[in-house]
Amino acid sequence: MNMPMLKAEAVAAIPVRSAGADVVRLKVPTSGSVLSRVLPALSSVAVRVIPPLVTLALLLLFWQLLCNRPGSTLPAPTKIWTEARDLIVDPFFVAGPQDIGLGWRVLTSLQRVAIGYGLAGVIGIMLGTIIGQSVWAMRGLDPIFQVLRTISPLAWLPISLAAFRDSQPSAIFVIFITSVWPIIINTAVGIRNIPQDYRNVALVLRLNPIEFFTKIMVPSAAPFIFTGLRIGIGLSWLAIVAAEMLTGGVGIGFFIWDAWNSSRIPDIVVALVYIGGVGFVLDRLVALTATVVTRGTSAN
Amino acid sequence: MSYLKIDHVDKTFTRGAQATEVLADITVGIEKGEYVSIIGHSGCGKSTLLNIVAGLTPVTAGGVLLENKEVNDPGPDRAVVFQNHSLLPWLTVYENVRLAVDKVFSATKARRERHAWTMHNLELVQMAHAKDQRPMEISGGMKQRVGLARALAMEPKVLLLDEPFGALDALTRAHLQDSVMAIHAQLKNTVLMITHDVDEAVLLSDRIVMMTNGPAARIGEMLTVPLARPRRRLELAADPAYIKSRQRVIEFLYARHKAPALQAAE
Repeated sequence: MNMPMLKAEAVAAIPVRSAGADVVRLKVPTSGSVLSRVLPALSSVAVRVIPPLVTLALLLLFWQLLCNRPGSTLPAPTKIWTEARDLIVDPFFVAGPQDIGLGWRVLTSLQRVAIGYGLAGVIGIMLGTIIGQSVWAMRGLDPIFQVLRTISPLAWLPISLAAFRDSQPSAIFVIFITSVWPIIINTAVGIRNIPQDYRNVALVLRLNPIEFFTKIMVPSAAPFIFTGLRIGIGLSWLAIVAAEMLTGGVGIGFFIWDAWNSSRIPDIVVALVYIGGVGFVLDRLVALTATVVTRGTSAN
Repeated sequence: MSYLKIDHVDKTFTRGAQATEVLADITVGIEKGEYVSIIGHSGCGKSTLLNIVAGLTPVTAGGVLLENKEVNDPGPDRAVVFQNHSLLPWLTVYENVRLAVDKVFSATKARRERHAWTMHNLELVQMAHAKDQRPMEISGGMKQRVGLARALAMEPKVLLLDEPFGALDALTRAHLQDSVMAIHAQLKNTVLMITHDVDEAVLLSDRIVMMTNGPAARIGEMLTVPLARPRRRLELAADPAYIKSRQRVIEFLYARHKAPALQAAE
């Protein structure tokens, strides 16, 4: 929660002694000039933006010093800039069927993640709701989920290939199976944590199961569900490289695999920056959706 | 036959092999339009009794009859104002009341009428001004008012108040008690209220049911409060009938049926 900043002039009170009576008059804070309002806002932005920029510059400098020596195995930032410039400056160029900008590759990967994560969201919330309703389902399934959720996307890959015998559905399955567990578990916990008070209200009002689901259960569990969704989107984006190792084509994950096979290390570094950036944006998008949707829910 | 009858109700909670008898042979009859309070020390099972009437807790033996029909499950004909307001935090004040109105009058009132009825009930508790605020944005007393509006909006046959003012400060509480008295005078509801506040019980009730201490709490005494309505807090403070009623309740609670903790201290 951001507290409004105290204006400097509001603090300065000037006592005025009028004749005959002890009246202390406080100076009324006047709304200052545009500058006095803009400056604090600017400084609060600067406080947040400058430290990470400084850190980044220092890291780049350190990296440059470390990798600029002759015989270094990894490329220095300047070398990446000269060798992978086309990838950095223009994300959306098309120079041939396999020679396209990283922006296009990211979009292809996002499409895959959207399908896998979408499925994980729908099925995860449904399963979580059912499991959260029943103590025995929770007791029976929770330990199994806790074990399954620790299995890495790479480990699921052969199993999924064996099951689907086709690369496209296997890739989507890998994304799905990686991200579904936290959604199930968090939804179940959210459903179990619906306060008895809300259940009593539903009972007195005689809400039917569908009304109970939409009017009490979903809003009450929403903060938990969104926690699961947020962990899930992070995991599904983590799975993209593993998933695309087998699909080939134009995804960002396959690009890394391909660049490694043809020893284009600077390209890999640029792709890593892209993956990190997109992952960050995805996480923030889900977090933003959560604050909009659950407004007022979590506070009680 | 009374309008609402709690008929020889027993309640035993069993946990594993251990059984605790909470209520023993409770019989109370409440007439239509009557305001009845149940008072007792905390832990005596008075909230359990209210939950039984509400249908939220099943009885072990006996039953609850409303208009000569047994009631076993919860329903809007016995609306509850919960101690901790139980408003849904993701809905606004208006939406909280509207949810109840929509559910209870979905078949009998048109959309426009349901809106008018929601607003009418919010005005009744003087909360129409805050209709678009969420529960977290209003004070404890205001939340209780909205809870009351939600219950009243269901047009219940019996209004059940579960220590509705228990969590409020003294001034807010007095204010809310006056509101409840005014509403009761206007609508003539049948009210069953749980309380542990002697003044509140005497001020608001037509009859006070005093419960003994648990386990196996029973009705110790019943007192009819011989005070004319409308009652005014200020005038009553020196009224002999008020003082006498108050004395009888205090005597029951502190001389004859002391709280277990107080007894142990002696």
